[in-house]
Formats: sequence, C-alpha cells, structure tokens
Amino acid sequence: MVATRDVTMRIWRGDAKGGAFKEYRVPSQEGMVVLDVIHTIQATQAGDLAVRWNCKAGKCGSCSAEINGRPRLMCMTRMDTFAAGETITVAPMRTFPLYRDLATDVSFNYEKAKMIPAFKPKPKPADGVRRMYQADIERGQEFRKCIECFLCQDICHVIRDHPENQPAFSGPRFFVRLAELEMHPLDAHDRKELIKAKAGLGYCNITKCCTEVCPEHIRITDNAIIPLKERIVTEYYDPVVKLWRTVTGKK
Amino acid sequence: MATGEAYERYEYDVIVLGAGGAGLRAAVEASAQGAKTALVCKSLLGKAHTVMAEGGIAAALGNVWPEDNWKVHFRDTMRGGKMVNNWRMAQLHAMEAPDRVLELEEWGTLFDRTKDGRILQRDFGGHKYARLAHVGDRTGLEMIRTLQQHAVHRGIDVHMECNVQRLLLDGERVCGALGYWRASGKLVLFKTKAVVLGTGGVGKSWKFTSNSWECTGDGITLALDAGADLIDMEFVQFHPTGMVWPPSVRGILVTEGVRGDGGTLKNSEGLRFMFNYIPEFFKGETADNEQEADAWYEDKKNNRRTPDLLPRDEVARAINAEVKAGRGSPHGGVFLDINTRRSPEYIRKRLPSMYHQFKELAGVDITKEPMEVGPTMHYIMGGVRVDADTTATRVPGLFAAGEVAGGMHGSNRLGGNSLSDLLVFGRRAGLYAAQYVKSLKGRLNVDQRQADAAAQTLLAPLEREGNENPYAIHSDLQECMQALVGIIRTEGELRKAVEELAGFRQRLARVRVEGGRQFNPAWHLALDLHAMLSVSEAVTLGALERRESRGGHTREDYPFADDRFGKVNIVVRRKNGTFGIGQEPLPEMPPELQELFKERA
Repeated sequence: MVATRDVTMRIWRGDAKGGAFKEYRVPSQEGMVVLDVIHTIQATQAGDLAVRWNCKAGKCGSCSAEINGRPRLMCMTRMDTFAAGETITVAPMRTFPLYRDLATDVSFNYEKAKMIPAFKPKPKPADGVRRMYQADIERGQEFRKCIECFLCQDICHVIRDHPENQPAFSGPRFFVRLAELEMHPLDAHDRKELIKAKAGLGYCNITKCCTEVCPEHIRITDNAIIPLKERIVTEYYDPVVKLWRTVTGKK
Repeated sequence: MATGEAYERYEYDVIVLGAGGAGLRAAVEASAQGAKTALVCKSLLGKAHTVMAEGGIAAALGNVWPEDNWKVHFRDTMRGGKMVNNWRMAQLHAMEAPDRVLELEEWGTLFDRTKDGRILQRDFGGHKYARLAHVGDRTGLEMIRTLQQHAVHRGIDVHMECNVQRLLLDGERVCGALGYWRASGKLVLFKTKAVVLGTGGVGKSWKFTSNSWECTGDGITLALDAGADLIDMEFVQFHPTGMVWPPSVRGILVTEGVRGDGGTLKNSEGLRFMFNYIPEFFKGETADNEQEADAWYEDKKNNRRTPDLLPRDEVARAINAEVKAGRGSPHGGVFLDINTRRSPEYIRKRLPSMYHQFKELAGVDITKEPMEVGPTMHYIMGGVRVDADTTATRVPGLFAAGEVAGGMHGSNRLGGNSLSDLLVFGRRAGLYAAQYVKSLKGRLNVDQRQADAAAQTLLAPLEREGNENPYAIHSDLQECMQALVGIIRTEGELRKAVEELAGFRQRLARVRVEGGRQFNPAWHLALDLHAMLSVSEAVTLGALERRESRGGHTREDYPFADDRFGKVNIVVRRKNGTFGIGQEPLPEMPPELQELFKERA
C-alpha cells in the first residue's frame, strides 16, 4: 500500500504582464517529488499550467524553479522533505524573463555560450593516438557533470538583482565551462582575455551561492572560479611575469 | 487559415528535427557539406533524451582487448538482434563507430582513460569484449554536450522549443514543415529541400518507461503521415533494470553498467537466477556456474561471461518470470547487488549518478544494500525504413537516423549500440541529405492549402467543442499499452488493444483544452497524442502480424522463433488514415559476412 497525504501547493500563475500565486490542494503519494505533484495539478486541476521538464531523473536540468525560495530541480526535491501541513511555494526562476507560470526564457544562457570559442585540439602526436591520463582529466570531468539547469545563474546576485550587469557577465555556468576548457589537457586556445574582459569574471566576489545550489555538487567557486581568477592575476598582474616580459619582449 | 495569422517563415536547404545525438551529428555534417542548415528541437538545446544515456558508446577500438575488431562487433550486434537486423546497417555501424568516437575526442569529449592514457572501454551485455567508451555513467550527457558545443560554432541556426507537427509535400517530395513555438503558440513554416528526422523514441505510450517527456514518436508519425514505411515496430526493448520503488520513479533507468562493472541479479531467495535462463543460442559463450562467472570478471580469456550480461531481452524476460513465480523483491522487482563485489569507492567512482539517483529518490545507499529493479520500456528497435547507406526513406528528401529509424538493431538492441548508431547514421543522414539537396533539380513549391489544412488541425483542440481531457487519454493509453502490449503478448490481448486504441482515437477527436496558445502543456499533449496513438497502433498491428517470439517481441501463444519470420520485415504503412500491413523479405547478407557466423563464439 502506498501512503498518501494531501498537500497545499502555492504556485505562481501568470506571464510577463503579471500574475499571482494560486493555491492548489492535491494528494501526494509516498516517494513523490515536487514535479510529480505539479503533474497531478496539471492532469486534474490546471491543464495549462506551464512547466518545463524532460527526464524526471535529475539528468537534463529542465525543471529548475524556486521552491520555498530556494533554486532547485523539481524532479529531485522529495515531498517528504517538507513538514506535514507545510504550504509549498513554487515560483519560476527570478533572474530570467517569464514566459508563463513556471517556464522562463533562458536564452541569455545560450547567447553567453556562443561567446566561448570552441575546443581546439593540439596537433596529434606522431603515432596518431591521443593520450590523456585519468588524473589529468578528473577536474574537467567534474565540470562536465554540469546539466545546464542554470540554477547557479539564477542565484548569482551579480545578475539576479542587477539585470544591467547581464551584458558584461557570463555567470557561474560559463566560468565552469571556461575553467573546463582552460584545464583540458588537449585544448590549444587561450581564452584569458575573454575571461577577464567579456565574461566579467571580476564581478564575482566568491560568495559561493552558486556552489550551494548546484544539484550536481560541482564545486563551482573553489574549483572553477578561484583558479580562473588566479590565472588572470598571474597573466595580467604578476609583477615578476611583467618584468620578465619587459626584459625579454616575450608575451 | 483559421485565425488569419501569417506564419513565421524560414527557408533552408536542410532542416534537422530533433537535437539528440543523431540530430546534432546530422546538422553538423549537413552544415559541413555547405548546406544551409537548421536544427529544430522541441526542448531546449542539450536536454534531448540522449542526455540520459548512461553506460557508453560501443565501438571496436580495441583499447582494452586488442582482439576486438569491427567483425566481432558486427557479429555481436547481429546475434543480439537475433539475425533480423539490416546487415548492411550493422556492418556500417561496426566499421564506422571507432572513427565517430575518436572524432568526439577531437571535439573535446573527456572519456575515462586506460592506464596508458587511451580511451577506456567497459563490459556490457552481448558484447564479446569490453567495448564501451564511457564517462562514468553519464556518457550521454558528455556526448550531447560535446556535439552541442561543437554545433554552436558551425553556423547552424538552432530553433529551440519549436515543435514540428506536419511535413509538407510537393508531389511526393518533401518541401517543408509546419510547427509551433511552445512559448508563444504561434505557427511557423519551414520551406526546405530536405528533412532529417532525428526525433528519437516512443516510450511515452507506456506507463513504466525510462524515456523522457520528448519520446512521443513524433518522427515516426511525421514519416508515416508523409508516406514512408515503418518496419518491425513490434520489436520494443524492455530494459531489464529500471527502478521499481517508490512508485513515482518507477521506470527510471538503472544502467547496464552496474552489471558490466560487477553487479549480479538475485531473487528473493538470494539465488543468482540468471543461470536458469541461459538460452540455447548463447550457451556456448555463457558461464553456467557461479565460479566461472565470477572468474570471468578478472580473466576473460579462460572463462565464459556471466549470464547477468546476456542481451537485454533475455534478462528482462527472466526477471519477469521470477516475479511472476513469486520470487520477486518486496516492490515487484528483483535485487541487483553490486555492493557485495565492489567497494564503496569503486561504486561511487564508476557509477556516480546511480549512487546519487538511488540515494536521493529512493533513500537507498547502493554501496551498502542492493537495488530493486524491474523491466522498463526503454527503446524501440523498429522504426522508419531507410536505405542503409544513405538513411533515405521512401519519401524523396526525407532522411531518418537514430532511434526513429528501424533495421539497425534487428529484434533487440545491445547496450551501447545506440549512441554509436546516433553518431554513425546521424553523420550519414547529414551527408546524404546535403548531397540530395545539391542534386535536386527544379523548384519546390509549398502548397498553401496543405499548410493551412495542417494549421487548422493543430489549432482544433483550442477551438472545438468537446469534453475530453488530453491527460486522461494519455493515462488510459499508457495503462492499455503497459497491460496489453508489454513484454509478454497474446493474440487476445493485442486484439483488445486494437479496440481500445480505436476508442482513444475517437476521444482524441473530442479533446478540448482550456487556456490559450502561450506555453500550454495541455494543448501540446493533445497534439502529441496523435503521434503516441499512431505509434501504439503500428506496434500493436506489428505484434499481431509476427506470430513468433524473437528479441523484443514475445508471444505467449507462439513462444519460439520461427524461421519464416526470421526472413522478413513486418512493414506498416498508412494511407488516408488506414493502416496497411505486410511481410517483405529482409535484405540478404553476402556470403563473406555469413562466414562470420559459422565460427564458434
């Protein structure tokens, strides 16, 4: 027998023009996640409730929302983590423009992705076989766990509270991408100028909010952002390097 | 047109529908060939079902076992498919898969490595050698991200959250496609010289499935409606290991990599029951005792492989039988145990998303306790009939690659052969679509009346009088397919399914959705139901026609493989809304390839 209890959900309904929270009372079965309850509401009370989802297994990063104020994946948030009787509030990600209900326009992220030059491999070795060692790619593999749910972008106060910063700031997701490329053993591009100037790494003051909301537990701040900052400092501001360049005329 | 609104219009040489592995690879290739190319996908870019693929990409690189080569891979694939695969597709696939994998590495993929720094390969069911290039248990994510990031810089137009509902024809030839934007609900018309379908699978017609929201059979239905043939739709893969508890996650995939990396299946009595289910066909290559099976993990030369890694159809049927016999786990599955053989560190390193998934969704720590697993609808081997070399369908200008196409996997797909299929035939689809465009003579004209009629059908659920709820029809359809067209089938149940499906068709015509056109999931579902029903009808008809048991099609009333059916494809067509079904001979394998099947395993 599956245990069932009734829950109260407070869900944002509306579009760019305006809207309001609306309450729904629905049954929730043992083991259900927030996305299941949203689907129940769709099927029985509000067929047109807009929500994005694909895999329902925490692998695609589509069902991002703010649950009781915290950016989370709806498919990985179990209903039994809330106290009995607690009203659960589900709102769309605030940083992005609203399409409708829980679905937002996340095209900002796809535009930022276009700015980052693609991976460019070094020439192949003489025997034609690429060799990389597991120890050298572990960090890159950590970054490539990113499911592009954009929760880190949503929580980042540089753009969350200041949309005017958006043109000059790529956000944590793309710092992770840049770090991954910078640390790729085979990549031959130099993206430091991009990181410093166009991506706006300097805006980040390492408050670690992005790391806290990452459903893949990527250590965004410690492993991606701080090492990138260090590289930029070494490249542009290190007095020893600067002197060496002046003396030798080398870049 | 009904509302008098103007369509948003685009014009391309090639449009690719679907942005999973096949669609992305096709778009990259078409664009590289100089065709003006657009990628049209109904989700956001990077979210397609490929993202959920876990175990790896099968390719005879020979990095772990130098004995491996394309001929062994070809042979494994044909035998796994019980010899009804399109032999030429299986050959091309086995020959080209290594190049496609190495190409991904050139585009930035970080595969797990061997000790000497090359791409590591893992064991999987039905593959003689450890053959799957992989990244932990998130290979699909790595592949889709690599292709996505590569595609973004190729000058391909990407139209996201755009759902194409109808192909437009000039005479017999493809000339366009009509769809809607999910966000605005506005209609969009693509004029195009060629269309590549990379739209994936059909799982959403079943109740318990590993498939994501997208897998509603759109491409199969677009092709069927445009006059293409479908083959072998009755071959449906129930992956043996899906989650079974709690109910809301039932069906979510548990990668075959768990068994590849040392996991064993056990029943409620603690017995490794797979030893009781080794079919004659695989006896020569399968260990018949625990000692040999255990030794195989370390020494593959002197031991035969564990029956836990028999092809998926065999394992799914075995689990089904154990549960029916009352030897199942508490929630109606069986146990999958990796914690006995492997250390917690090993499990977390090799299977991080399985660890995460069970911990977060089921409260189970797989480094300490066994998983409960059972069959889940995972893949359709059948699909649109294509030319093996070019991926062309019988409709000029229409190409299909990946799960949407049929033939490659015969009656049962081996794990790992899907991602490689996407890459090999995705590339070929893009290449030959671009070539077709170059060779095309004369002008193509989009018939406005055709487009307007399609538009009217699209908007009908928002405008007509009616009282049917699309969610209710979908739920009833899933119950029907799960109960009547599942792993084990009989004539009586299949006939009942045909009747029920006809009823759903009638109900679909009375669907009325509330709300407007702006991001309205009820409307989207109402439209997707046309595809889900079409696929369900084709699967059920195929299942009735094939009076034998083979691979992903098991008939209780015809429990054995029948040589007569081993020589044919079951072909389904639709004309003026009515299905036609027939048997047509399989392409014949040339003698030099037939030789490969005479050697001992």
